[in-house]
Amino acid sequence: MSNDSCGAPAGGVTITKDKAGKEAIIEGQVLRAGAPVSTGYARLLGTGDEFVAEVPLGEDGGFRFFAAPGEWTLRVLAPGNVRLSQEVGAEIGQITKVSFLV
Amino acid sequence: MSRSDVLVDADWVEANIGAPGVVIVEVDEDTSAYDKGHIPSAIKIDWKKDLQDPVRRDFVDKTGFEQLLSGRGISNDDTVVLYGGNNNWFAAYAYWYFKLYGHDKVLLLDGGRKKWELDSRELSTDVPQRAKTSYTAAEQDDALRAKRDEVIDAIGKRNLVDVRSPDEFAGRLLAPAHLPQEQAQRGGHIPTAKNVPWSKAANEDGTFKSDEALTTLYKDDAGVDFGKDTIAYCRIGERSAHTWFVLHEILGLANVKNYDGSWTEYGSLVGVPIELGEGK
Repeated sequence: MSNDSCGAPAGGVTITKDKAGKEAIIEGQVLRAGAPVSTGYARLLGTGDEFVAEVPLGEDGGFRFFAAPGEWTLRVLAPGNVRLSQEVGAEIGQITKVSFLV
Repeated sequence: MSRSDVLVDADWVEANIGAPGVVIVEVDEDTSAYDKGHIPSAIKIDWKKDLQDPVRRDFVDKTGFEQLLSGRGISNDDTVVLYGGNNNWFAAYAYWYFKLYGHDKVLLLDGGRKKWELDSRELSTDVPQRAKTSYTAAEQDDALRAKRDEVIDAIGKRNLVDVRSPDEFAGRLLAPAHLPQEQAQRGGHIPTAKNVPWSKAANEDGTFKSDEALTTLYKDDAGVDFGKDTIAYCRIGERSAHTWFVLHEILGLANVKNYDGSWTEYGSLVGVPIELGEGK
């Protein structure tokens, strides 16, 4: 994704190396009975459920955020009134992996 | 303007699929969303390829807009219903753009693509073919668009509403958290700007909050003076188009402009004042 964009691509921006570098990455996958949930949204929320970012889930049910270091809430929305949350921490240079089972 | 003049809900759109004189348009940056499935009968406009000049950093000009709409089969008399992903950011941007070029019969689907998907409503992969038209655009309406020098002159005089996230506003991040933080320009915000993140105007399903909640948010909580002129900005002007839509179209404030140069321009200017940290 280039600099002149603010859009959230499905699943989040792809990282070319399996390293976080200077980023604090949170990524994960949403599954239903072992199969990816590809229609839905992952939201990154700060203190007090303050909205920070959102991406549509990818074809593989995946999502990725480039967060600031700290504690975050992840929320997943999907058809059928699915609304799930998890608390997660992020650190510079780390990829924190999270999964949701619908 | 008021909410009922500018917003339609998903039931209305579902009832108007294929209706004569109604053109449903999905506006995204990444057209793979449209290709994966879209509201039946909807055509697509690409936020970047179709609406941005490929060379200069600017919009397509009047002639380019006329060619775009003519080619997509949109006529001057059509009611255009816009919707898109990213909580309607790019659809709101396109809405602002249609207004800039004088197309008055334009509506936004409340909640956009997200609400439609979360409701499990029908999506189609059929791409409609529309007969070409001969669209005539008006000259760009300067009353809706703020440029750099006007923004600098507005510091301390008009409402400046920075609609980015608190971390971007404070200078801790240079881009939204779903994107790499890879830019080189300075962080921070325009002095005297109030930080009202666009997301505070939207519910979790992407629909807009009530008029009462929106008035409380901007006027009472953030201290935006509704008696003054206002300029909204973000990073590249599409999140602030969402806020422009709220202030100008839903709440009916008279003089609201979108600064589409936004932080990618302002944060790279030499010699302009920048403020860091939380809002004052």
